[in-house]
Amino acid sequence: MRDLRHPGWISFMTSPITTGHAGADSAARPTLLSIRSVAKTFGRNAVLRNVSLEIAEGEFLTILGESGSGKTTLLRIIAGFETATSGEVWMGAERLDSQPPYRRRVNTVFQNYALFPHLTVEENVGYGLRVAKRPAAEITARVAEALDKVKMTAHARKKPSKISGGQQQRVALARALVNQPQLLLLDEPLSALDANLRRQMQVELKSLQREVGIAFVFVTHDQEEAMVMSDRIALLRSGELEQVASPREIYSRPATAYVAQFIGHTNLLKAEVTAGVARCGFLSWPVTRPDGVALFSLRPEHVRLAGKGSSSGDVRVRGRVIHQAFQGATELIRVDCGGGLILVARTASGNPQNDVELEFAPSDAIAVLESPERI
Amino acid sequence: MEFLVSSNPSANPGSRWLLLYAFVVFGFLYLPIVVLILYSFNGTGVGGFPPRHLTLDWYRTLFGDGPIWDSVLNSLEVALAAMAISLTFGIPAALALDRADFPGKALFRRLVLLPLILPGIITGLSLLMLFNLGNVKLSLLTITLGHGTALISVATTEVFAGLQKLDRAQEEASLDLGANYWQTFWRVTVPNLKLPIIGAALLIFTLSMDEIAVSFFLIGRDNTLPLEIWGRLRRGITPEINAVSTIIFVFSLLTIVLWYRLRVRAEGSADLGAELVTVNDREGT
Amino acid sequence: MFSRAYKTVVTVPPLAWVAVFLLVPYLLMFCYSFWSVSSLQTIVHSWNFDNYRDLLEKPVYWQTLLRSMWIAARVTLFSLVLGYPLAYFLSFYAGRRKDLLYQMVIIPLWVSYLVRAYAWKTILGSDGVLNTLLQYAHLTNHPLDFLLYSPFAVVLTLTHIYTPFTFLPVYAALEHIPRNLVEASHDLGATPTQTFWKVIFPLSIPGVLAGATFAFVLSLGDFLAPLLLGGPSGIMISNIVVSLFGAAYNWPLGAAISLCMLVLVVSLLFVSERLEKKWSFS
Repeated sequence: MRDLRHPGWISFMTSPITTGHAGADSAARPTLLSIRSVAKTFGRNAVLRNVSLEIAEGEFLTILGESGSGKTTLLRIIAGFETATSGEVWMGAERLDSQPPYRRRVNTVFQNYALFPHLTVEENVGYGLRVAKRPAAEITARVAEALDKVKMTAHARKKPSKISGGQQQRVALARALVNQPQLLLLDEPLSALDANLRRQMQVELKSLQREVGIAFVFVTHDQEEAMVMSDRIALLRSGELEQVASPREIYSRPATAYVAQFIGHTNLLKAEVTAGVARCGFLSWPVTRPDGVALFSLRPEHVRLAGKGSSSGDVRVRGRVIHQAFQGATELIRVDCGGGLILVARTASGNPQNDVELEFAPSDAIAVLESPERI
Repeated sequence: MEFLVSSNPSANPGSRWLLLYAFVVFGFLYLPIVVLILYSFNGTGVGGFPPRHLTLDWYRTLFGDGPIWDSVLNSLEVALAAMAISLTFGIPAALALDRADFPGKALFRRLVLLPLILPGIITGLSLLMLFNLGNVKLSLLTITLGHGTALISVATTEVFAGLQKLDRAQEEASLDLGANYWQTFWRVTVPNLKLPIIGAALLIFTLSMDEIAVSFFLIGRDNTLPLEIWGRLRRGITPEINAVSTIIFVFSLLTIVLWYRLRVRAEGSADLGAELVTVNDREGT
Repeated sequence: MFSRAYKTVVTVPPLAWVAVFLLVPYLLMFCYSFWSVSSLQTIVHSWNFDNYRDLLEKPVYWQTLLRSMWIAARVTLFSLVLGYPLAYFLSFYAGRRKDLLYQMVIIPLWVSYLVRAYAWKTILGSDGVLNTLLQYAHLTNHPLDFLLYSPFAVVLTLTHIYTPFTFLPVYAALEHIPRNLVEASHDLGATPTQTFWKVIFPLSIPGVLAGATFAFVLSLGDFLAPLLLGGPSGIMISNIVVSLFGAAYNWPLGAAISLCMLVLVVSLLFVSERLEKKWSFS
């Protein structure tokens, strides 16, 4: 239940929650792209509402969200394929969104790669340079270098129909990067690849970005992918930014219930706080919060089987295991603790159990805001 | 998602010229039709500008004109019979091309499509030679045989395209559930081909009604409508022709609206162009 | 999956019909082309190349054929010039009106050819619409002769007839181009014009080839337009064939000319198909 009297509410409504610092070494990076209160409506459908975001030079930022969250639209507005209904986009001292896409120093890697079928790999990569009428020698050199970076030199003379999906993706990357844009946009480029290739590409993309030093704006719906690759994650929900923070920050200190649930697994506990004690089901633990209803996020890895390693102050509860999901090194168990409370705990893989005792430290229950309804 | 340029016209001034050009081309395409309709009401007959004395006289003359209506009836008979022939042989032909392998398949495919692209007079005169050889007298029957043969390819092309879209698994399911080939054909295949078949039927009917080139050689004593009009034209233009042309236009319009409705109901209009290309005959050659 | 019986039932009837009513007639035509006609107006079944020799030697025949090809070439060019931009406009700029406009291009195709050719006659005649309009507007003093009963009239009318024929395959080809290729081109810095020539046009070439082939072949063999509007200077090869089967009674010669046309058309189709394959990338 939303508590509109909560002091943090007002600021939440007017700006996204940007918590912590933007990653380990980007503290002092200048801003490259400035998205100011951008909104986009299609017909009566408000796809983006009041999005403001600053993207630093050289950072790897992921725009994360479900389908329909508006993430692709936001990307397309930056690229120039859509115009914002209101708001502005600035790159440095210049207004970006007044320019057509072919004049922006921004390049895109498309979701389905969009390689030109009638041109060879080489010709595809050199397209932007030819259009800019660079000298032939320069084009040849830069194309060769780009192909080498993505390890596609051997396939230079082939047509796109003759190479695999993963290879097409590299070519698309090279084609965009060879133009040395100030910003590279990637629209779910890995979603068409199978799982193993995907993981491999995630690592490669990240190191490529480090090497090239260009800011990457990466769009995906896969939160694991976002966590692996990003300096910062901007979580978009129904057209508004829910939280913008580094992966660690967004995981360990989620701002809202939505963030806590979208990223990783969590137990969302709705508790009643009176006189410094939160009560939920048969659980109670000390908190420093005002009285009233509050929402807490408790990650399964912080819920342990009671036994060795407990400290005083840990909250304990008994319950019956209703489901065990084996996941290799660990497993997730769902425990019915009575009073309508079901906790999910991550334990080392073991034998099937029936009754268990769980424990967690009160400090691991992070208070989160309820995410507002978006109509 | 709208193409970006249409939401950003300032980015491409050339698109204004393109729009103007498109207008001009449309105007060119419709000019004769508009003139025709206009002058069918013109009191002073053909020619002259501007049209004066708007009148329905020509339509009245038209309705009293016996031979024209005879020829309309003839054309209708021929068109319906041709439709029957083309469908009866065109549908199996499509099935054969889709499912069977036989010696001479490539030749067969080309042969069937040939009348569409070859000048109609060639098909017409070669059939004339055939009938001459067999001592068959020229009549509406010979015309019907000519149309039916020439238009088989229309049925074949349409149905073949429909077969490509047909999910083979449906027929397999039917066979699996115990129906034999004949039953499967009528219960599963044909219902799925309803749209292409109807589309083909409409097209064949229209093309047959307007067919001249093949008919030219195979005509006996009875005229079809186009040949009747043709005969009159040789003797000089009468405004009555404007009237009958306008009526033909209206019918064509209705037919195509009907056809379009049928198509759009089942599928998107994306492939209309591709199919019409291979299917649509040209009149008069 | 399909039994032999099924395949037989499905194959034999059409095969038989086509053999009787298409193959045999064409073969007959082939035979006739080597025969000749006697002075008594009967067909003489002696095999010779006389007809073909006539075709090559007598100017009226090969000149008319060349003229027909020249007319067909112009018709093809003009229909492409009209049809391609129209298709481009519809495919990329028409937005929500696309379907409606497409129907509007198709409609004239369904209207009787005879009717449309006749309408042009009405427009181009010496006291036709165009001439009286020009005089009415004081742009000319007397009727312009060349408008009707000339190759001009034939080219004009055939262009009118065949523009939708070039439009259709070009439109289909353009529609097949994924829009993200256009976006990618813009993204890489190419203006809409550059994008057209570097991306859109190359990918539409198969459609252009198909449209050009239709327009050329069909207008080459046309006989109605020249008969109605061509006058003596606008006679095309099909008119000669028709008269050889009519008043000029020489079936063998007519067959010979037809056979040449058949060979020409089939060769053109073959070449066109080859080129289309070469230029198709998806």
